[in-house]
Amino acid sequence: MSTGLLYALAGVLLFVLGAAGVVVLAHLLRKILAFNVMGSGAFLVLVGLAQREGVVDPVPQAMVLTGIVVAVAATALALGLARALHARTGRTGLSEGARLD
Amino acid sequence: MKALVTIAGLALAAALIAALLQLPPAAVQLPAQVAANMAQSGVEHPVTAVLLNFRGYDTLLEVAVLLLALLTLLTLSGGAAPAPDGGADALLRGVARLALPLIVLTAGYLLWAGAHRPGGAFQAGAVLAAGAVLLQLAGLLPAWVGPQRLLRLGLVLGFLVFLGVAATLLGGGALLRYPPERAGGLILLIEAGLTLSLGLILAGLFLFVTGRRS
Repeated sequence: MSTGLLYALAGVLLFVLGAAGVVVLAHLLRKILAFNVMGSGAFLVLVGLAQREGVVDPVPQAMVLTGIVVAVAATALALGLARALHARTGRTGLSEGARLD
Repeated sequence: MKALVTIAGLALAAALIAALLQLPPAAVQLPAQVAANMAQSGVEHPVTAVLLNFRGYDTLLEVAVLLLALLTLLTLSGGAAPAPDGGADALLRGVARLALPLIVLTAGYLLWAGAHRPGGAFQAGAVLAAGAVLLQLAGLLPAWVGPQRLLRLGLVLGFLVFLGVAATLLGGGALLRYPPERAGGLILLIEAGLTLSLGLILAGLFLFVTGRRS
């Protein structure tokens, strides 16, 4: 097993962990963070899988670099939306009952 | 609920890992193709070559996505009211003052280094944005309430430069196919614009939000 493949497998675990978090966690902030963990897992799979034979592939690396920046913007947007939701309804989750704070 | 998600998650992980382990080797040898075309790319680092030359349209649209995210964020809350100044302590202010010139210098270096080693506009822009956020946290830079004309220009400058270069080169028959002898200069021009705009956009994602009480 090469190092690249090991990274990809770790990426799979991160992705699944994040996906479970998105489903289970009620607080929007936690959901957004879980979504980020998911995204990081996907990036790790992309980069790790591409170099599992030991040759570094610049194409997925450039894609992931693009993806990271887009993920930052998406996270900021999600945080802004969560903030607006909290300001208007006082809710911190998607369901009616979620008033954790 | 949690037990169900755990079981589903484990099953998903097992399926994905099994799929990864069985994956056949890639049919297309992208690293070889990139290496074969490096001489025409105008830069020496393969990631920068892919990012701004071979797949420049990805990057162009990415900057558009960033601008779109910032615009959406700006529309979220109308009534702007500056957040109260957090009483930042003197040590943080001092460190931020000392660090800022180094941050700007590092961003400039990263921009320049992108042509031949890891670095480039995104890293440089992120460093600049981190500097702005640091200043704001230290209480040295007020949060941004609304983009004035100069700030608006700065936010879109990188995208406009990129778009302008792409439009000028359209006569070549393909989007963003640079003439090899001028590729290096054009990429540096685009990256310089992108560094400034990405820094402002990423900083704006933080500073506009803190500047508004939604």
